[in-house]
Amino acid sequence: MFALLDTIHAVGLLTCFALLATSRIGACIRWLSFQGILFGLVPLFVHDDGLTIREVALAAGNVALKGIVFPWVLLRLRARADYNREVQPFVSFIMSILFGTLALALSVWLTIQMKPALREAPFGMLDSSIFLIFVGLFLIISRRNALMQVIGYLVLENGIFLFGVITVVGTPLLVELGVLLDAFVGVFVMGIAIYHINREFGSIDVDRLTALKG
Amino acid sequence: MLEFFIAILLLFLGGLVAACSSRSDIGHRAGQIGAIVGSVFGLVAAVRVLIGGEPEGALGVWHMPGGTLHFEIDAVAAFFLLPVFGLSIVTAFYGRTYLSTGDGERDSAASWFHLNLLTASMALVIAARDGLLFLLAWEIMALSPFFLVIFDDRKEAARHAAWTYLAATHLGTAFLLVMFVVLGGLAGTSDFDAYGAVLRGHSTLSSAIFVLALIGFGAKAGIVPAHVWLPEAHPAAPSHASALMSGSMIKVGIYGIVRILMMLGTPEPWWGWALIAIGATSGVLGVLFALAQHDLKRLLAYHSVENIGIILLGIGVGVLGLATGLLPLAVIGFAAGLLHVVNHCIFKGLLFLGAGAVQHAAHTLDLEELGGLLKRMKWTGTAFLIGSAAIVGLPPLNGFVSEFLLFTSGFVAVAHPLASIATAGLIVIVVMGLISGLAAACFAKAFGIVFLGSPRSPEAAEAHEAARPMTAAMAFLAALCVIIGLAAPVVVAASAGVVAAATGIAVGTVGDQLTIVTGALTGTVIVFAILIVVGALAWGLRARRLAGAAVPRRPVWGCGYLFPSSRMQYTASSFAQPLVTQFHLFIRNREALVPPKGYFPAASSYSSDSGDPFLRLLFAPTFRWFDRMATRLNVIQHGHIHVYVLYVAATLIALLIWESF
Amino acid sequence: MPTPGSLAATVCALVLAPLLLGIVNRTKSFVAGRRGPPVLQLYWDLAKYLRRGAVYGDTTSWLFRLGPVIGLAAAAAALLVTPFGGIAAPVPFTGDLIVLAGLLALGRFATVLAALDTGSSFEGMGASREMHFAALAEPALLLALATLAHATDCLSLTAIYRAIDAAAWIGALPTFALTAMTLVVLMLVENTRIPVDDPTTHLELTMIHEVMVLDHSGPDLGYIHYAAALKFWIVGSLLVGLVVPVRSGDFWLDLTAMLAGMAGLAVAVGIIESAMARYRLVHVPQFIVGAATLSAVAFIIRLV
Repeated sequence: MFALLDTIHAVGLLTCFALLATSRIGACIRWLSFQGILFGLVPLFVHDDGLTIREVALAAGNVALKGIVFPWVLLRLRARADYNREVQPFVSFIMSILFGTLALALSVWLTIQMKPALREAPFGMLDSSIFLIFVGLFLIISRRNALMQVIGYLVLENGIFLFGVITVVGTPLLVELGVLLDAFVGVFVMGIAIYHINREFGSIDVDRLTALKG
Repeated sequence: MLEFFIAILLLFLGGLVAACSSRSDIGHRAGQIGAIVGSVFGLVAAVRVLIGGEPEGALGVWHMPGGTLHFEIDAVAAFFLLPVFGLSIVTAFYGRTYLSTGDGERDSAASWFHLNLLTASMALVIAARDGLLFLLAWEIMALSPFFLVIFDDRKEAARHAAWTYLAATHLGTAFLLVMFVVLGGLAGTSDFDAYGAVLRGHSTLSSAIFVLALIGFGAKAGIVPAHVWLPEAHPAAPSHASALMSGSMIKVGIYGIVRILMMLGTPEPWWGWALIAIGATSGVLGVLFALAQHDLKRLLAYHSVENIGIILLGIGVGVLGLATGLLPLAVIGFAAGLLHVVNHCIFKGLLFLGAGAVQHAAHTLDLEELGGLLKRMKWTGTAFLIGSAAIVGLPPLNGFVSEFLLFTSGFVAVAHPLASIATAGLIVIVVMGLISGLAAACFAKAFGIVFLGSPRSPEAAEAHEAARPMTAAMAFLAALCVIIGLAAPVVVAASAGVVAAATGIAVGTVGDQLTIVTGALTGTVIVFAILIVVGALAWGLRARRLAGAAVPRRPVWGCGYLFPSSRMQYTASSFAQPLVTQFHLFIRNREALVPPKGYFPAASSYSSDSGDPFLRLLFAPTFRWFDRMATRLNVIQHGHIHVYVLYVAATLIALLIWESF
Repeated sequence: MPTPGSLAATVCALVLAPLLLGIVNRTKSFVAGRRGPPVLQLYWDLAKYLRRGAVYGDTTSWLFRLGPVIGLAAAAAALLVTPFGGIAAPVPFTGDLIVLAGLLALGRFATVLAALDTGSSFEGMGASREMHFAALAEPALLLALATLAHATDCLSLTAIYRAIDAAAWIGALPTFALTAMTLVVLMLVENTRIPVDDPTTHLELTMIHEVMVLDHSGPDLGYIHYAAALKFWIVGSLLVGLVVPVRSGDFWLDLTAMLAGMAGLAVAVGIIESAMARYRLVHVPQFIVGAATLSAVAFIIRLV
């Protein structure tokens, strides 16, 4: 049968394209949660020298945080901010999709360059992680709505975490949990900031934050 | 070779008589006869080399220091001479009637001098085998269209266009000058045969020469961003001259690139990628700019840019194939590019001649003022339809054949296991698909708005069919489109010699590789035949079914509105609006909209300016900057004589000091 | 020479194409709770159109009469190169994918010119939108076919589709799945189904294809409907040939599997049409480009 990792790889790519192409914030949050669960399961399959408690804990933590907790926080923020469409991003949706295609080609090329140095990493996961980083950065740069930027940050975080899981073999569990904690704190801080920005300005359009200039 | 020189002589003499004669009709006659008979002689020379396979040459002593009078027509040169001489015959046939029935009161017989000189110099450029000779002929070829563009010099637009053309062509020639100087300096002589030996094995030098040639010849061919002169110059010239310029002159740029590639031997892969990138950009941007135009000849000029892009895509795939040693890619890519040279010459010539007929009939080329011309100008309209279908690349015409070859080369690349080749193939396929779709939209607009529907202005309502020689010329070109489309396998197989000469591969191997496509083209022709048969049967059935009954004519559905007028039809801008808005990032047309205000709006207007973005945003600011910098240097020129003497003295002292070291 | 199997498949196409559209309409009616027209309705309609006389607009010329004829001829000629699953096409050759795209473009060009010939703003509207979407759909179709060519290492539609059997699917699942999704979208675009266009409405704001044929009547209208049915069959067999990888080599088994697939496709299209609403026109380009991207992604992940 076809490898499970390849399926995760292909479907994961599609979730990124869905994030690039969707304008409704609610749908984006759901795609993000699906992506979190999908890539959260990767630690279970990637090292084939047996499942230890470490992999299970990592996967469970990831799925819980990225699949459930973060999306729940974002959905609550969305309800409060009452601003649930990315209407006019800085880069239009068609150009976002085309950028996604180019970013995919670039990440495949980079993976081919990097492969000799990273022999144990499965190819599909490696180029998925680089692609996730590109897509996350792009979402932060090109979207106007602050919630979309948080989503972009989380996609970026997914990518970094995936890269860490598949390339690093010998780090203690504590380091990886530390990375997760960092994301956790980041999301909460951003959530509080967005709540206050919305209360103060009545909108979370980051282009209007330039009004804060002295 | 003798026929070639007779051709040049006849062209020149005919033009001279036309320029010097006092009576206009003698001048026209002489110019036309010189052009036609001279071009026939030239065609004979070219066809003899193509059929015989042996290059013919002539070597003479020249009193120009460093130069030799070396002419040679090999297979590639003969192939490029076909569009030059062939189109010259057709445009000359068309031109006399066009000029004499035009409504300009100018004495236009002198324009034959420049037209014939253009043809002669193009032929000389193609046959030249010496650097100095090439540059001399190139300059003549660059200058003669200037006089054709400025033909109607009462119009400000024509003067501006001529100036733009002159500046652009000399900028391109500057690069060629540098290239020939470098080559000549290294080789010691300016003969082309010596250049090839110098370049073998020098990879950086070869790349530098390639880049210089690409820019220099590309500017003449009209690649983006050096295309800005095309949409200015081609519309301003009289239509038969535009046809010759668009059909043959820009191909001389392609010839230059092919000749330099032949000289450089085995190419580097990045050259192929560069050609593909330039071809893709020119193709897509050319057709996008064309979509936004509402002047018919400007639209056709931008389409020339697009077709040059297609030719360069083909040659780029061929070069990539040569560089990586993939023979099928090399052969099919070059065959596609070279065949498109001839095909484009035919249908672009046809379209420009049609535009000239439209201009004569309706006195305007603004798409928003035309309409319904098909019913009044049957021959012109049908010929223009065939030309449009050919340029879009629809079966069963010749445009489809060269695009088929290009797509096949793309698919051959896509099926290759190597990732970079497969990506190149995919890029070619997607870009060509986009170009075909956009070109179809553009020509649906051009043909549909001009010839179909009802007339949008009184002049269009009174249009009359063009005179017999004009429609005969157009019908001949249209027939060629159909014949080449239906005889595709024969035509492609016959091009084996040319492709062999251009790529440096043996003729036998080229023939073997070409059987991939000739076999496919035989299948294509079978499909074409069935297409025509089914069409005929369907038409016959329809005619029989409707034979007995009366077929009434009624007003078209207007949702119940009682007074339909021609102003309610879709205009050219509205037809292209969805696509232009979609691609606004590239086209950057500016719109001026005064919307209707209030309950009883008084006046409102909309106009869009589709000036070339490269001209507006790249070249014009750059030239203005140069102007400002140059004005600063004006300080030196203040008029005080004693300071000028000081300059002379200072230079003298500096030279004396320098010499003594 | 064309094989008897290919000729039989072509005859099936010519005879059964109108049945597919009948199945689509019947499915839509069923989902809407109605009985709907008989499945053979289009056959009676075609016979009726051939019997009727025609009325022509006073602004039209001979091109208006030629448009439907060319559309029909192009669709019929396209049948010559389209394989039916594992069954070869009558005239297969290297690069027949390009001829298929070219013939579809020819049919479209003829319809658009006939529409512009009427000089009515309705037809102009439909023509303009049609060319807009076609400019985006043509690279999408070629991209999908190029991905299939790359995946199967073949250059002819017949060879490509013969190579797509169950083993090939398992080996290249993501590629074929993504390309199939692209072909589904192209099916909806090329045949002017919801969510791209509404084939049943006659409101000018929502029409693309329907409005272009507004002024045709009599045999011309019959030709147009039959050509639309043939086009449905052709693009449909591209999709069903990909999705139903039955390549047993036995002609009757392959034919039956494909026919069942085509019927299933018609039902699926009916369900899609009933379940979705038409997209706003500005979203249709995003839809088409998104579909093209799926094929591009399939190609890229296949490269490694």
